[in-house]
Amino acid sequence: MKYAAGIDVGSTQTKCIIIDENKQIVARALTDTGANITRAGERGYEAVLAAGGIAREDVLCVVGTGYGRFKVSFGDLQITEITCHAKGASMLFPDTATVIDMGGQDAKGISVQNGEVVDFVMNDKCAAGTGRFLSTAAETLGLSLDEIGAISLQARNPVRLSTVCTVFVESDIMSYVAQGKKTEDILGGIHSAIAARTIALVRRVGLKPNYTFTGGVSLNVGMVKMLEEKLGAPLNVSPDSHYMGAIGAAVFALEHALSAAAVS
Amino acid sequence: MTETHYQGKLHHLQKELMSEYYAALTASANGSGVPAAYLLIGGNPVELLRAFDILPVFPEVNALQLAVRKQSLPFIQSAEFMGYSSDNCAYVKADIGMYFGGRQTPFATIPEPSLLLCNYVGCNVYLDWFGHLAEFTGQSAFQLDIPFIRTASGKPSKEDIAYVLRQLHHLIGRCEEITGRKLDEEKLREAVRLSSLTGDLWAKIKHLTKRTPAPYDAYFDSVTMMAPLYCLRGTPQGLEFFETAYAELLAKAEAGVGPLEKERFRYVIEGPPPWPHLRAFRDMFSRWDAVAVASTYSTVGGLWEFGFTHDPDHPLESIARHLLEWNLTNRNFLQRYEQIERYLEEWNANALIIHSVKSCRLFSAGQGDMREYFTKRGVPTLLVESDLEDPRYFSEAQMRNRIDAFFESIAHRPTREGVTA
Repeated sequence: MKYAAGIDVGSTQTKCIIIDENKQIVARALTDTGANITRAGERGYEAVLAAGGIAREDVLCVVGTGYGRFKVSFGDLQITEITCHAKGASMLFPDTATVIDMGGQDAKGISVQNGEVVDFVMNDKCAAGTGRFLSTAAETLGLSLDEIGAISLQARNPVRLSTVCTVFVESDIMSYVAQGKKTEDILGGIHSAIAARTIALVRRVGLKPNYTFTGGVSLNVGMVKMLEEKLGAPLNVSPDSHYMGAIGAAVFALEHALSAAAVS
Repeated sequence: MTETHYQGKLHHLQKELMSEYYAALTASANGSGVPAAYLLIGGNPVELLRAFDILPVFPEVNALQLAVRKQSLPFIQSAEFMGYSSDNCAYVKADIGMYFGGRQTPFATIPEPSLLLCNYVGCNVYLDWFGHLAEFTGQSAFQLDIPFIRTASGKPSKEDIAYVLRQLHHLIGRCEEITGRKLDEEKLREAVRLSSLTGDLWAKIKHLTKRTPAPYDAYFDSVTMMAPLYCLRGTPQGLEFFETAYAELLAKAEAGVGPLEKERFRYVIEGPPPWPHLRAFRDMFSRWDAVAVASTYSTVGGLWEFGFTHDPDHPLESIARHLLEWNLTNRNFLQRYEQIERYLEEWNANALIIHSVKSCRLFSAGQGDMREYFTKRGVPTLLVESDLEDPRYFSEAQMRNRIDAFFESIAHRPTREGVTA
């Protein structure tokens, strides 16, 4: 069996995927990117090879994506994560028309047709609406990032945030804590504000179902529900949504390897 | 990776002639006795100054030269230290910082102005900029009030022309006071005649990029020609430069040579370049074999390619028409759309890039709508943002990511007929 790999070196985490010739995911690895991006790519690749028990020589092609894509020096191609997210989302959910991606520092809307990007929009130099905003909020409340989504679902009277600035939200949260507001209501307000902001961003490429939610924040059940409520439509979410960029990169790697084989 | 290494004869001549121009500025600063006028690029009436042998000084050109040489930030910071806001136009801050830095730049010592000619008042920041310069230099500012184009036809009214002509007569009076000389009408006609010939050549140069491959990049290479277009227009040297440029670029077009080895994408670009990161920005397009075939920015000073020409038989009226009608900044948004549409169609382009500038809200406002307007018409359109002067607003990784993703997306799309992709 031959394989193809996708390595998504993101701002916070490095996601690696190996697929087989039938486009089935056979191995995953998730590592922190850290300061050494070159090393992050290598470490992630070693981890995913080990996870799948796959030898390097059996991987036909490696595609790097994410901010660190040019540092995936052992990769055969580099493709932006925007194109890879569209590709990955369309592989897992072929009817995808809009990808909503919320990562560590990026929020994106991607309009997709037949697996290819029609248009895209991203946040610009502002972390509002990203995983970083949520982790700041979680830290301020003394909670872990993994638990805030579920807690937010308990909100009965969600607060209204006065800001979606990742820096100023801390003082906003503290003032609600001081007022004695319940943690779930504060978290409900946070998720609502970020969902509204993200939808406003994605609206610029058109809000067209079927929606696929990708990136690390897609693991947050509170954010999934809030986006669904505001969009009035269900979101496609997979346990592998976090890996969507790497999945897309792996699909590109496989296609590249097959077309190269066809040419030769 | 594809990079551009274009160093033609016109680049060398540009350097030589601009060095002479800057030497004249330095000489004026050192007491040569030649008076200098500060004026703005938008539809600049440089011919009138030629008639009085007044040296034109463009604070915008000086500011961008500082940025290209990566010298703008200390001046911006010194203006911020004086109290200018971080959101203020960075051209203004670089200029004010440079003024208080003794007017010393790596390319010239900028002379004190004998005239502050605020010839584009559509931007309230420019009004304040020249107002501040008036305060700092002790010279009063001459505000040439040019009404925006407000008609659906895109033409100025007779009253608008008469209004501007009256002001030009006042301006002539001011120049006469400064120089102690009456207007030499023959000299004005000669400057306008030289501008007319220069403008015609520039228009022909602009039309050369309709060919495939485009013989030069209408954004990154056009900017090389813009300094002579403003600083030397209306002089024999300016005309010589454009004769040389046209001959060289025509020869390239005839030979089928472009700025890149291969031309894969042809795009139109709106907005000024990020001057402090010009090379990095250019390479982001070059690596996709993408060539700008038209740019709106190169029409800020004047829009010659759609038929405008200075008229030596009606010198003042043609200067008034240039100020009112034939430059990008004074046009309304529908005209800006129409200009881009013509470029897309007639220059056979398959994408639009909008580079929005944080410093310039006047020019950048509405570009989100512009993106939507063209996207709805099926034109792949990318909006990116940084700054034209302040190096702190440019994030290379983010910019590159957007540009790469954009070209990745259009690489797979069906293209307009006859357009390579």
